[in-house]
Amino acid sequence: MNDHWLSRPATIRGLWIGGLALLAAFVAAGAFVHGHAAFGVDGTFGFSAWYGFAACAAMVVGAKGLGLLLKRKDTYYD
Amino acid sequence: MIDALPPALTMMAGALALPFLRGPARSGAILLVPLLALAQLWALPDGPALTVGFLDHTLTPVKADALGRLFATVFLLMAAGGGLFALNQKAVVELSAAFAYAGGAVGVALAGDLITVFVFWELMAVASTLVLWAEGGELAARAARRYVMVHLLGGVVLMVGIIAHVSATGSAAFGAMRPDSLGTWLILAGFLINAGAPPFSAWLPDAYPEASWSGTVFLSAFTTKTAVYVLIRGFPGAEILVVVGLFMVFYGIVYALLENDMRRILAYSIVNQVGFMVTGIGIGTEMALNGAAAHAFTHIIYKALLLMSAGSVLFMTGKRKCTDLGGLFQSMPLTTICGTIGALAISSFPWTSGFVSKSMIGQAAADQSLAFVWFMLTAASAGVFLHAGIKFPWFVFFQKDSGLRPPDPPWNMRAAMVLFATLCIGIGVFPGALYALLPHATAYEPYTPAHVVDMLQLLGFSGLAFFVLLPLMKRTLTITLDADWLYRRLGPELVQVVGGGVVAFDRAIRKAAHLSLRRLLDLAARTHGRSGVFARTASSSLMTMLTLVVLAGLLATVYG
Repeated sequence: MNDHWLSRPATIRGLWIGGLALLAAFVAAGAFVHGHAAFGVDGTFGFSAWYGFAACAAMVVGAKGLGLLLKRKDTYYD
Repeated sequence: MIDALPPALTMMAGALALPFLRGPARSGAILLVPLLALAQLWALPDGPALTVGFLDHTLTPVKADALGRLFATVFLLMAAGGGLFALNQKAVVELSAAFAYAGGAVGVALAGDLITVFVFWELMAVASTLVLWAEGGELAARAARRYVMVHLLGGVVLMVGIIAHVSATGSAAFGAMRPDSLGTWLILAGFLINAGAPPFSAWLPDAYPEASWSGTVFLSAFTTKTAVYVLIRGFPGAEILVVVGLFMVFYGIVYALLENDMRRILAYSIVNQVGFMVTGIGIGTEMALNGAAAHAFTHIIYKALLLMSAGSVLFMTGKRKCTDLGGLFQSMPLTTICGTIGALAISSFPWTSGFVSKSMIGQAAADQSLAFVWFMLTAASAGVFLHAGIKFPWFVFFQKDSGLRPPDPPWNMRAAMVLFATLCIGIGVFPGALYALLPHATAYEPYTPAHVVDMLQLLGFSGLAFFVLLPLMKRTLTITLDADWLYRRLGPELVQVVGGGVVAFDRAIRKAAHLSLRRLLDLAARTHGRSGVFARTASSSLMTMLTLVVLAGLLATVYG
């Protein structure tokens, strides 16, 4: 039985709550800083947050699709 | 006096001496030789330090400037740190080869002409193959054979390009070129093969993970980054590099996402990171070139750190697949922390080295109003956190509990990881020292509040995406087909099919010829054999009759 404190369900739940609070804080902080937007949309509120999430989701789904085509057993070349 | 010798030769001499040293003398040499070479490097004044006549050309084997010094410095730091990590490596060949390999990289960084570049380039190919082969297993030997084939091909392409270029221009000097002639195109192709560019990207993730636990650390540093160096010096602003670089960036992410071998994940991410640098070189402004050079410097350090942590896991557990690993944070806390610092640095997390270097490339794209490039690079930055920043530490050190409880590795390996982790954070917190080494003077300020907040949002939500989409990223016992399928599977099968066809055709022809010959012999036997018509004895009366008929025929035709 693994009883390391980092593996306990309560800790993991706490990490999720803390992580999400931190993400909310990052987005909120965006309202108080003003950088120079080079292309317009990149200066809108929360741009990096949704763009980062959407880009990652697209890459994971894209990789999954490509995997259907190109994945082989790891003994393929043996 | 130490400035009289080229630093590359010092490394070569060290490489030759190492097999004859034992115990503390060997350890001392491993640690001191790169530092001695570093002292020589920094004693070199700007400009040519050595000239040699060769055929009709004057070669400049040693010529220092800011760009070359920056790369040579990080190559030697890498040799020293890698040497410390590999002190307990039993394969004598590996460290000797690694030092010759590092010497070759330093030689390229200080080469003032293309012929010297080529000589050191080939030396690196041989030495790196030996690093890989020194692992000793059958898999490594086979990977080394494939690796050396690709690099010898790249070397030939480069050599033909250099010959064409030198004969067209009459000069062997190594400076900025444009890809506008056969020679320069071939030189560019030769450089790009070593950078891991398509269609030859596969040589890198095929070969590097097959080296020993310490060999991969050396391999990750020199070949691709000397390619970045020669591209910065040779082809700044070549627009095709933007396209090539962006392809590499996404290729690395997608393949790393599908990969199960922890070191192959990191190998794909080398292609990804070099893609950022190649894109920067294609943009070609001072900011972009500074960014590419700075990113090469920081990348060598954090990628070595990541591969040291992976090498430590391999050394202590003998396992390399994510499906076999997990939960190691409990018994390998230092390795986990150092690996995580490397993962944060590769993700360009604020206050790490990757943040202060990669930002310059994105800034250069924004400065030039290259919207497509900027949006792609930003998406790719999120992807780096996804495939290397979280995926690597998560699957190796956390996720499920594999039940493995190995301790942290021996002291020298821990020390090397702590040293490089310190550099990752040190450069991130005090970027001024790195910026002062860059080829172009810069007043770039990475730590604006907006930039830091943007990066934290980008990385934070990439992290969220990772955990939300985790079910889609379940590890499987698979590899992903790549362009190397052409020479590992299609090629051999084609040879079998075509070879089989040739054999069958040859057999059919021989059979037909044999049959015809047989029939001819039978005919000859029938007509000229003992009982053949031409072999029988004819009677005198018949012969007289035949002669009369012939003569009568003659009389009739000639006098008739």
